[in-house]
Amino acid sequence: MSEKVTLIMFSGDMDKALAAFNLAVGASSMGMEVSMFFTFWGLNLLKKNEGPIKSQGIMRKMLNFMNRGGSKRLPLSKFHMFGLGKWMMSRLMRDINSPSPQELLTLAHQSGVKFMACTTSMGIMGISKDALIPEVDSYAGVATYLAEAKEGKVNLFI
Amino acid sequence: MKADATLDCVGLYCPMPIYNTASKLKELKPGQVLEVLASDEAIKADAPAWCQATGNELLGIEEEGGEYKVYIKKSK
Repeated sequence: MSEKVTLIMFSGDMDKALAAFNLAVGASSMGMEVSMFFTFWGLNLLKKNEGPIKSQGIMRKMLNFMNRGGSKRLPLSKFHMFGLGKWMMSRLMRDINSPSPQELLTLAHQSGVKFMACTTSMGIMGISKDALIPEVDSYAGVATYLAEAKEGKVNLFI
Repeated sequence: MKADATLDCVGLYCPMPIYNTASKLKELKPGQVLEVLASDEAIKADAPAWCQATGNELLGIEEEGGEYKVYIKKSK
């Protein structure tokens, strides 16, 4: 049986997503089995880039408007500067042929990395399955994550 | 060193050389040798680590003018 890697994706920041997807792609290239558990702001990585996020109630509507998410809309955790910093970082990355978060997400999915979405966070924030990309493999909770992490050689909270 | 296939990763950074190497090696038969060309210095440490983790054999790394030639023999 191959070794397991689990990553909790708590943050919705672009730089942290890059680090995590980089690890996921690297681990699966090394023949390891990788699961990524997306919770709280991390769900932003799985939101569709197109269309509005439909949710019920004024507070959830406001949250999903202000916290739109999507792999193309992730802010930098530092020097975001209303998008200017992110634009510059993306250009620097393109300069050296470094893949974008959405490209890494696709690579990770293609190399067999499993994407799990946290249903509790989805409930709190009013995010439906329709709002998430089809690459999501399963919807789960803490027990599913822990059962995997228990077997994991590398477990990270990002 | 003689190789059965060559993979060009010049100009690519982590994790692309490792990802591309893993994908390319799937196309080869056991016993065949893959030559990986890279410019990112990390390959010097990453190629041995990757080979150890995946059970493939690292035949050698040649360095010339800031570029690296890595030779990997597919084991299984």
